[in-house]
Amino acid sequence: MIVKLTTKLMAASAMVAAPALHAAELEVTHWWTSGGEAAAVAKLAEAWEAAGNTWIDGAIAGSGGTARPIIISRIIGGDPMAATQLNHGRQAEELIEAGLLTDLTEVAEANNWAEIINPPSLLEACTFEGRVYCAPLNIHSAQWLWLSHGAYEKAGLEVPSDWNEFVASAPALEEAGLLPLAMGQQGWQQNIAFGTITIGIAGVDNWLAVNRDKNVDVASGPEYTAVFEAVAAARDLASESNVQDWNLATNLVITDQAGGQIMGDWAQGEFQVAGEVAGTDYSCLPGLGLNAVLDTGGDAFYFPVIDDEETRAAQLEMAAMLVSPEVQVNFNLAKGSLPVRGDVDLSAANDCMQKGLEILASGEGILPSGDMNLSADTQTQVEDLMAEFWSSDLSAADAQARYVDIIASAD
Amino acid sequence: MSDRASQTTAQAKRPIQLFRNLSAKIASVPMILTALVVFVGGTAWTVTHSFTSSRLLPKLDFVGFDQYERLWNTRRWMISIENLAIYGICSLILTLLIGFTLAALLDRKIRFENTFRTIFLYPFALSFVVTGLAWQWILNPDFGLQEVVRGWGWESFAFDPLNNSEIVIFGILIAGIWQGSGLIMCIMLAGLRGIDEDIWKAARVDGIGTVKTYVRIIIPMMRPVFITALVLIASGIIKLYDLVVAQTNGGPGISSEVPAKYVIEYMFRAQNLGQGFAASTMMLVSVIVILIPWAYLEFGGRKRG
Repeated sequence: MIVKLTTKLMAASAMVAAPALHAAELEVTHWWTSGGEAAAVAKLAEAWEAAGNTWIDGAIAGSGGTARPIIISRIIGGDPMAATQLNHGRQAEELIEAGLLTDLTEVAEANNWAEIINPPSLLEACTFEGRVYCAPLNIHSAQWLWLSHGAYEKAGLEVPSDWNEFVASAPALEEAGLLPLAMGQQGWQQNIAFGTITIGIAGVDNWLAVNRDKNVDVASGPEYTAVFEAVAAARDLASESNVQDWNLATNLVITDQAGGQIMGDWAQGEFQVAGEVAGTDYSCLPGLGLNAVLDTGGDAFYFPVIDDEETRAAQLEMAAMLVSPEVQVNFNLAKGSLPVRGDVDLSAANDCMQKGLEILASGEGILPSGDMNLSADTQTQVEDLMAEFWSSDLSAADAQARYVDIIASAD
Repeated sequence: MSDRASQTTAQAKRPIQLFRNLSAKIASVPMILTALVVFVGGTAWTVTHSFTSSRLLPKLDFVGFDQYERLWNTRRWMISIENLAIYGICSLILTLLIGFTLAALLDRKIRFENTFRTIFLYPFALSFVVTGLAWQWILNPDFGLQEVVRGWGWESFAFDPLNNSEIVIFGILIAGIWQGSGLIMCIMLAGLRGIDEDIWKAARVDGIGTVKTYVRIIIPMMRPVFITALVLIASGIIKLYDLVVAQTNGGPGISSEVPAKYVIEYMFRAQNLGQGFAASTMMLVSVIVILIPWAYLEFGGRKRG
C-alpha cells in the first residue's frame, strides 16, 4: 500500500517537475527586511526571474544575529535552502569543512573573478583551501563618523574634519545642551566604535597585528593603551545617550540632537529616508578623518549542497548572475553599499558613497573586516567586553588587560 | 481481564515482582523511553560534548576541563550567576510571602473575592515577553512611573532601575514577581480551602489569635502545598531568560545577564557549542546540588507510610 502510494506520489511530482527543466526554482534566504534592503533584494529577484527562473523568497526577520542560527541550523539539519546570504568571513568555515556548501570554483574561473573582484580580499574570504565557496555581493564598511551640520550650527562651531577636532568641540556642544556622541547601548555598536577608534588612533599596522596576527605584545603595548584611553573619553561623550538601536542613535544625529555617531555605511540609508543631503545636512568622515581606511565586510551568497544536478547548475548560474555588472549596479544603488567590482559605473551615487568608492579605487586603505579575522567566538567576547566597558566605569587599563586575555586565547 | 489473571496467579503462588500491574507497566514504557532517551540521553550527550572543543558543529575532540576553566574566568558568566542568585533568593521569598498573604486575605471571606482573584491571577496569563515589555515601558524614566510621580509634583523623584547597572536586576525582579505571585496565591488559596473548618473553631475556642493560628497551625498543615509552590517557583527561576531578553536584553552593558542567556548566545551567536554546553552543564549541576539534599531529606531521611 505504502509502496503504491509512494510511486504514485513520485509520478505526480515527476509530472510537476517535468516542465521545470529549464526554469529552476531556488529558495533564497536572507535577512534584508528593512525598506531599502527589501528594495535591493527585489532587484536580485527581478534579474533572476528575467532569466526565466523562479525566486522563492525566504526573508528572515531580525538581524543577522537572529537569522544566522536559523540558516545554519537548516543547513546542518538536512533541510538546506538553495542559496543564502551570510557575511563572508569565518562564519561558514566549519560548514565548508563539513562539505555542506557547493564549490563555486568553476564559475569563478569561467567569469574571471580573480581579476575583476576588487578588493581581492573579498574573494580570499570566500576561498577555502584554494576553492571558492561563495559569491561576494557588496561591500559594507564600518569606519564612518557621521556628523550633523545642524548641531554644529546651533553650537556656533565649524563642522569638524577629523576625530581630534570632534573631541575638542565636544564641550561647546555640551554647553549648547547637545549630546556630543550618539551611541546605541548594544555591544556590537560599541565594538564598531572601538574598532574604528583603534584604526584612527593606533593605525592600520597595529590593528592588523592584533586582529589578524593576534599579537599580544601590541595589544598590551602603548598604542593600544592610547586607544583604550580614547575610548574611555568617547564613553564620557556618549554618557547621556541611552538609546538602544543603531537607527535611533542615527536619528539623534538626523534631528540635530547629537553631534555625531560612529556607525557603518548602512547609516546612510537612514539619512536618505529622512531626506537629508550629504554635504549640506550631514557629512561623513571615513576612518574618522584620521586614516582614510575602510574595512571590506559585506554580504556574500553561499549555496548549500543539494543532491540534484539541475539545482546545482542553477546555483552556479545564480552565483554568476550576482557578480554580473548590471546586478552589481542595480543592487548596490538600492542598498547604498559599494559594488564588489571596480569596473562598473556608479556616477549616480551620492557624496559619501563617492568617498567610499575613491578609497576602494585607490587600492590603499583597504582592510579585511573583523568577521574575516576573528571567529564568532572571539567577536562575541570582545563585544561583551565593550558592552561592559561602555556602560560602566571600568578603567581603561583593566579593559585593556581583559582585551589582551581575549586576544591571547583567540584562535 | 489482566486484573483477574494477576489475581489468580497471586492466589496460586507469590506474585513475580516484574509482572505485577503488567498493563500499567506496559503503558508507561513510552514515557520511560522518552525520559531515558530524550532527558537522560540528551543530558549525557551535552555533558560529554562540554569536554570537547566543539565550535559550530559537535565534534568529539576532547580538551578536558578547558571549557569550564574559561567559563569560570569569564566576567559575564560570574555576573550571570550573581544575578540569578539575587533574583532567585528574592523571588523565592517574596513570591511565597506575597502569594500567601494575598491568599490569606482572600480567605477571610471578603466581598468580591472572585474579582480580586481574577485581578491577581491575570498577570500569569501574560507571557514573559509581554510582561517584560510592559514593565520596560512602566520603568522607562521618560514615559513611565518616574514621569507620572514627577507629574504629581514630586520633582526630585528618581526611580530608574533599568538604566542603572547596580539595581537593574531588581527591575527584572519586580516584573517577575508581578507575573508569578498570582499563581502562587491561587495554589495557596486552594490549600487554605482544604483546611478543615473545625480546626479554626478549635483554635478560636482555645483563644488563639488569627495570625498565630496561621503561623503555628495552618502553615505547618499546608506543607505539601508549599512544596508544590516551591517547585514551581524554583523551575521558573532557573529558566529565567525571556523576561530578561524582553526587558533589558542583558543591559545596561552586561549587568543583567543570566546563565540561560549565556548558554544560548555562546551556542548560537558565538558558534561555540563546547562553551555553551559547559555553561548548561553548570546550570544542571547547580540544580542537582540543591535538589539532592532536599530530596534526601524529603524522601530518604524519614520514611512515612
